This record gives sequence, C-alpha cells and structure tokens, in this order.
Amino acid sequence: MPKAFLSIEALGVSFPGRTGANEVLADVNLQIDEGEFVSIIGHSGCGKSTLLNVVAGLVPITTGAVILDHSAVEAPGPDRAVVFQNHSLLPWLSVYENVRLAVDKVFRGKKNGRERHDWAMENLALVQMTHAVDKRPSEISGGMKQRVGIARALAIQPKVLLLDEPFGALDALTRAHLQDSVMEIHAKLKNTVLMITHDVDEAALLSDRIVMMTNGPAATIGEVLSVGLARPRRRLELATDLDYLRARKSVLEFLYARHAVAA
Amino acid sequence: MSLPAQKFEIAGEVEPPTNLAPATISRLPTPGPSRAVRALTAAKAVAAAVLPPALMLLILLGVWQFLAGDGAGLPAPSMIWLESKDLILDPFFDNGGVDKGLFWHVSTSLSRVGVGFGLAAVVGIGLGVLVGANVWAHRGLDPLFQVLRTVPPLAWLPISLAAFREAQPSALFVIFITSIWPIIINTAVGVRNIPTDYVNVSRTLSLSPLEHFWKILLPATTPYIFTGLRIGVGMSWLAIVASEMLLGGVGVGFFIWDQYNSSRISDIVVALVWVGLVGFALDRGVALLGRLVSRGSALS
Repeated sequence: MPKAFLSIEALGVSFPGRTGANEVLADVNLQIDEGEFVSIIGHSGCGKSTLLNVVAGLVPITTGAVILDHSAVEAPGPDRAVVFQNHSLLPWLSVYENVRLAVDKVFRGKKNGRERHDWAMENLALVQMTHAVDKRPSEISGGMKQRVGIARALAIQPKVLLLDEPFGALDALTRAHLQDSVMEIHAKLKNTVLMITHDVDEAALLSDRIVMMTNGPAATIGEVLSVGLARPRRRLELATDLDYLRARKSVLEFLYARHAVAA
Repeated sequence: MSLPAQKFEIAGEVEPPTNLAPATISRLPTPGPSRAVRALTAAKAVAAAVLPPALMLLILLGVWQFLAGDGAGLPAPSMIWLESKDLILDPFFDNGGVDKGLFWHVSTSLSRVGVGFGLAAVVGIGLGVLVGANVWAHRGLDPLFQVLRTVPPLAWLPISLAAFREAQPSALFVIFITSIWPIIINTAVGVRNIPTDYVNVSRTLSLSPLEHFWKILLPATTPYIFTGLRIGVGMSWLAIVASEMLLGGVGVGFFIWDQYNSSRISDIVVALVWVGLVGFALDRGVALLGRLVSRGSALS
C-alpha cells in the first residue's frame, strides 16, 4: 500500500499523571497528501494541539507512528515548521533577524550570505511585511507578528506547515486578512498544511478536508469532511454558497449536537 | 444638560461674521508648542526632579548644624567645611605614601571591585546557567548556594587571609564571594523562566546547544542577569569598604579607618559622601548598561 505524504498511524499519546497514565490521544489515523490543506477542529482540551505538537516532534509519541515523506518523526526538525498561536517571535531580534535566524540555520552551506538575505526578504515580501523589516516584534501589531511568524515558517521550506490556531488571538478583520493571505500563499506554493482551529468558518474557508476530533480524554478522529469547494475561494461569494453552508452545518452539527460539551 | 446650551451659543456666534475675508479664516495657528514653551516644560521637569531632594538636603544640613552645635562629638557641617576644605576641594593631591586625595583612594577601591566583581560576573553567570539548565546541578548546588550566600562578607576575610596570606588577593576574594550569589541565583531563575515558546523555536529549528546558548538562552536571560549584577555590584561596594578597613594599605575603606585613628572625623564624613555617590553611580551604571544590552528583551 503506498503511504501518504504525511501519515499518522494508530497514534496514541499519554502523559504520566498522578493516578497512572493520562491518555490524551488514542488510535488517531490520518493520511495527508502532498499539497493538501487539512484543518483539525474540536473543542478546547480535546488534544488537537497535542496532535500538532506530536507531528512537530515537540511531544513524544507513546504508541503508533508519524511518518513524513517516508521517514519517521521522532524529534523536531526543519522539515516541519510551526506557526504558534502566540507568534513566538524572539523579542530581542528585529523582524528581519527573526526570519534570518531560521534561514541561516537551515540554508547555511547551501546558500551564500547574499542569497540568504534575498531569501529572507522574499519570504517577508510574501506576507507583505517588507515595510517593517527593522522593527522589533514589540513595535508591530498582533496580525503583523503572525505574518512574520508565517514568513519564518515558510522560509525554511518545510515539507509540512503546521499552524497552531494561528489567528486565534486576532480580531475578526485582521483574521480575515490573514486567512486571505494564507490562501494566496497556499495557492502559490502548494504547501502541505496542517492547521489547528476552533473556528468553523475558518476551517470551511481554508481547508480541503476538515478533521473533527471527539472530546478527550483519549480523543480520536470522529469524522473527516471533504470540502469540495473550487479554489480560489472568495469569502463574499461563499457566504451564500450552498456547498459551503452545508460543510459549515455538518461541522457545527458534529461539534454542538453529537459532541457537545458543557460550557 | 449644558451641552445643548453651548451648541446654541456657538450657532449664534458663527452666523454674524459672514462678511469676513476668507484669508483671515484660513490662517492656521503654529503647529505644536514653540521652542520656548518646550524648553520651559523641560526646565520644569528638571526642577521637579532636582529641587525636592536639594531642599531636603538643605533642611537636613540645617538640623544637623543646629543639633551638633560646637560639642566635641559629631562635627557640624560648617565645622567639616573648615576642617576638611582641602580634602573636599582637591581630591587629586598626592603627597606620597598613604597621604593622597580621595580620588586616588576611591579609584583603588574601584579597581579592586572591578577585578573581584568582574570575576564574580563571569563565574556567576556560568554557574547560574549550569544550575538553571541542569536539574542535577540544581539539586546538588542550590542548597549549598543558599547557605553560603547568607555568610556575611567580613566572615570570609579571616579565611581568605589564611588562604592567600596577602591583603590584595584577600580583598579581591571577599568582593568575589560577596557579589557572586545574587548573580548565580538570578541567572538560574532567568534560565528556568525562559518562555517555552522560545525553546520551541529553538527546537523546531534544531539549533545546536551552542547556538541555543548564544541566540536564545543568553538574550532571554539578560534582564535577570542584570538584576543579579546590579545587586552584586552594590554588595561588592559594601564589602570593599569594610574589608579595606581591616586590610590597610590604600583604598577608601582604609582611609576612613586611618582618619578615625587620627581623630579626623570631618574627613570621614567627606569620605562617606564619596562612598555614597560612587555606590550610587555603580548601581545606576549597571542598570543603564542592562537597559542598553537588553533593549528588546522585555516580553512583547
């Protein structure tokens, strides 16, 4: 059987707790093709961030395996890039230096200084941040920080881009701008993307497939929905698109009818 | 309630001057306050910072003058001025031996602090990183540090004299051992408090331990390190004066002790003012350096 580009197989994750092992994820199976945009949605605490961190290599696997492009994921590495919810830019470096740090680490010996500079600038241009290259993270807005975070992730040319609720901390207007940017970039670069979100509209707008997770403990994949909407997608047209509304409705049903949690 | 009434008034006023030339209306006031006004506000700010302590100082000197009278105990400020005028006005004289101006005594003390504190900074930051980053180093060393740091500076002096058999290295050791603890402890706390985000960035980029140290750990810890350095430099200045009193030779501590032995209390007061001002300058100097070095390190 030919393996998918990114394959999560019978994955289980437990953390040692006071009363024995604390099972967070159990028997998670997911195959993602190259260039696919997959969202993972679920209630808070269902372990979706843990799943992403396992793929990133930040959380150790208890059982099962994660296989990316024919090699098992065991530790963090530059073939996977993470955009964290709280941007996690280094505050003592400028916007440019934050991206350049990643570029220098990954492309040292492969590109010379001039090429690395151009590559860092190219990625900053991709997220429209060339106007603020010398600013420090504390001097730019939350949306801009997230753009730089995306530029830093793209700059290392990862096999898979991992987005951990990248727009969760932003206001609705900024979020919409960034979602459009991410769609444009995905259309241009054809990255493989795995995104965590708790926003149903965001998932339906951006994804090829939406993975819905059951509630923890021992959370697993409840349902996978293919979003067959043609690209490029425009949020205004989708607002009345029946396929979009149907996708949205089935995710909402999953989250609030079948797997509702007490608030 | 008053708002509608105001509106009426304005509406009433606006109507009459329809016959005015447009040129007079389009004239704009000069944007922003003028240079003179800005200079005045700056002067006010300086005065607000300088005047209260200056006034307080004058009051205290007045009270002191009144209380001291012309008794034999503590000399009054006027007495100090009369007796120690030379010492106050010329800190740079050098009559050979230990008969030198205060500048030379203070600079000797400062150079000792520089060496002792410099060594403490290097060793302290190194040990702090070790204790902060390694669980076993923490478990093994932290209890020792917590006990040793409470030993008063002067308690180290006999032991260091016994070990080094000379005044100069003993003084340096006392400075070193006094100022190293806050540096170690603050650095260790800083290392343990590096935000997980920064560590995750380092891990996802697979930075080597050396790269992690220079690019993540050290910049993230800088504010903590400088807190430790600032406390440390203050403590080393405390220790140097005391240890020089006992060790003799040159230095501001020795000067104070020497003047006490020759009953020149006025000179001691002058020396104390020097000690206070230099200590203040050291503290502010390290704080300023910390701000310059960690310009962006504050969490954003």
